[in-house]
Amino acid sequence: MRPLRALPRFLYEFVVGDDPLIAAAAVLALALTAAIAAAGAAAWWVTPVAVLLVLALSVLNAPRQGPP
Amino acid sequence: MSRDLLLFIAVFLACTVEGVEAVTIVLAAGITRGWRSAWAGVALALLVLAALVAALGPALTALPVGVLRLAVGGLLLVFGLQWLRKAILRAGGFKALHDEEAIFAQEVAALRGRSGLDGHGLDPIGFAVSFKGVLLEGLEVAFIVITFGSNQHNVGLAALAALVAIATVVAAGAAAHAPLSRVPENTLKFVVGVLLTSFGSFWGAEGAGASWPGGDAAILPLIVVVAGASLALAALLRRRHAQLLGRTVGVDG
Repeated sequence: MRPLRALPRFLYEFVVGDDPLIAAAAVLALALTAAIAAAGAAAWWVTPVAVLLVLALSVLNAPRQGPP
Repeated sequence: MSRDLLLFIAVFLACTVEGVEAVTIVLAAGITRGWRSAWAGVALALLVLAALVAALGPALTALPVGVLRLAVGGLLLVFGLQWLRKAILRAGGFKALHDEEAIFAQEVAALRGRSGLDGHGLDPIGFAVSFKGVLLEGLEVAFIVITFGSNQHNVGLAALAALVAIATVVAAGAAAHAPLSRVPENTLKFVVGVLLTSFGSFWGAEGAGASWPGGDAAILPLIVVVAGASLALAALLRRRHAQLLGRTVGVDG
């Protein structure tokens, strides 16, 4: 049973990792892209903008969460 | 630069990084616990990984391209952003640099002096450490091969890039018989993070229904933008790190 219990935790750490904000932002960005594209507008810019914003937020917050 | 060439470079670099980490673990297990057990662990881990790629690769390529790009692009985007975040924190001085020699020394110290062989002449600890090291590092290789390969409908090219990378690293490790500390691993991790994030953004947005201006050619400016922003963030963190150190020295002094 131990490997079965360990698998979800391993998958979470493998994909989501240290900062769940990143995963949440990526999902939101792709959902927003899909909504804008479905409305017929240009949506290609959403993901790059989201990437730059979330990367900056996550990286600049990290030093406050623990000592270097 | 063609998409296939970029695919090859991205997979090759990512697999080189993972290969260096796996070689360090196997070297530590082989030197301290015996090569027979270490190689047995490597062989079993490679079998498991090959079965995984063989099962998942064709299954994924059978999916409609839009669904595949959205799901796999999204996964790659999250995975790449995590990788890039760590690389920027390392470059900025807020996370310890990956040091293969230090990791090797720790592994060797941990493995020395533990109990011996089983009834089949295999050392269970050397076997388990090798197996686990190659399986865990190899899972990242398999993930990258499957995501890049299935999105480009070219799992063969992605697998070839991975094989070339692993063969190069293993040959270098066998020749040096020491951890590959000369490989600029932290720089490679930074480059791979940029590539994974850029490809993930590109495929994820395409899968969500967006059309990139210039089509496939948009991947290059995207890589440049992600790389530029990452370098700027690393420079900002380095400055902040220097200020923090200066403040600490000031308080201590």
